[in-house]
Amino acid sequence: MKIGVLALQGAFAEHQAVLEGLGAEVVQVRLPKDLDGLSGLILPGGESTTIGKLAVAFNLLEPLRAFGQQHALWGTCAGAIFLSKDVHRPQPLLGLMDIQVARNAFGRQVDSFEVDLNVPELGEPPFHAVFIRAPLIESVSGSARVMATLPDGRIVAAQQGRWLATSFHPELTRDDRFHRFFMELAQ
Amino acid sequence: MEQQVGSFAVKKGLAQMLKGGVIMDVVTPEHARIAEEAGACAVMALERVPADIRANGGVARMSDPELILKIMDAVTIPVMAKCRIGHFVEAQILEAIGVDYIDESEVLTPADEAHHIYKHNFKVPFVCGARNLGEALRRIGEGAAMIRTKGEAGTGDVVEAVRHARSVLGEIRRLQTMPEEELMAFAKEIGAPYELVVETRQLGRLPVVNFAAGGIATPADAALMMQLGVDGVFVGSGIFKSGDPARRAAAIVKAVTHYQDPAILAEVSRNLGEPMVGRQITSIPDAERIAGRGW
Repeated sequence: MKIGVLALQGAFAEHQAVLEGLGAEVVQVRLPKDLDGLSGLILPGGESTTIGKLAVAFNLLEPLRAFGQQHALWGTCAGAIFLSKDVHRPQPLLGLMDIQVARNAFGRQVDSFEVDLNVPELGEPPFHAVFIRAPLIESVSGSARVMATLPDGRIVAAQQGRWLATSFHPELTRDDRFHRFFMELAQ
Repeated sequence: MEQQVGSFAVKKGLAQMLKGGVIMDVVTPEHARIAEEAGACAVMALERVPADIRANGGVARMSDPELILKIMDAVTIPVMAKCRIGHFVEAQILEAIGVDYIDESEVLTPADEAHHIYKHNFKVPFVCGARNLGEALRRIGEGAAMIRTKGEAGTGDVVEAVRHARSVLGEIRRLQTMPEEELMAFAKEIGAPYELVVETRQLGRLPVVNFAAGGIATPADAALMMQLGVDGVFVGSGIFKSGDPARRAAAIVKAVTHYQDPAILAEVSRNLGEPMVGRQITSIPDAERIAGRGW
């Protein structure tokens, strides 16, 4: 299976390493032509403003939206912001997923944290999650549904059909269950 | 597990999110907005860019927290700030105001001639400069969560950044071909913690993110450093000492993403206006060079 990782800026190599460990062929996507023949695409963590501006500059927004209508997409952190419909401020978004996201919702870097989550779709808890200047999924609507929350109920993972959004970074831990789950969606 | 802040994983993790990006020196909130608009993945807030620190002389210290706070208010991307080598109280102050990363930087006048800050005690992550593998691993041993080449800041001459990147990456290549029984002597030779030497050999790269810095002035300079094998670039004086900062900043951002595509590099290098004037390294007397600061 060929999976793409959007490689405009951010932690794309970490996703690539996990996917390759699971036997996927991985393509780094920087231009629209790189999307040809892919079964799914990961939008990695990084700076969402940087990724958005580069996507606009290299005419990727429309090709990414069209690709997403047919295939699996997964946004982690900045990627989840990029995938969402609303982030309360003007910046380039794919605007596909029915989630409302607040950027830097947990504070600055000194407030970044690690915690164990329960993600029922992945089987036995815990799923260890790393949050870095993380966004929060404030609400889900339409056919989007909640996949995981913090102990206080705030939403940190959501799914809508073949689209996933996570506030945290499964690519920074050794637990590859989220990547396996995504590869099944991409099949 | 209870929620845990300030772990090495989250400190190193922010640097991982900055990879493939450009971190720009800014001296005003207006500069910071220009940098963010151009696609910077973070900014370094300071009172004077290195070229002006060089020109002004005198003691260079941590910037006024008021200026750093104004820059933090102006943008949504991470904000870094510099403290002097060994000045752990400047670092405590920067942590207290909530900067996202501290650069314990040779660009400022060192406060300690023998010791760097013990960085593991801080919740805020640190980036440090290095000229070679031994220096990089000593800084990581002290708790640095990100490394950058020193280059020679404020010159616009990329030659020192190339020298330092080749040194670090070349020593890692050498390390990987070394039999295990030679590792202890190698660690001793370069003055690096043995465990980090072993880890670097296993990974085939530094255990933390490694950026280029010091003298990068053009999209081609940035792409050169990326092709040599660094994870991203800092641009200091090179942007706001040039004729058209917004345009040059955006071009360098694009060059770092498309560093392997000469056609795009050619396109983004067109009509950028005057680059910073620059100073050739060989014209600078040893006493005025700053890369030698750090122990």
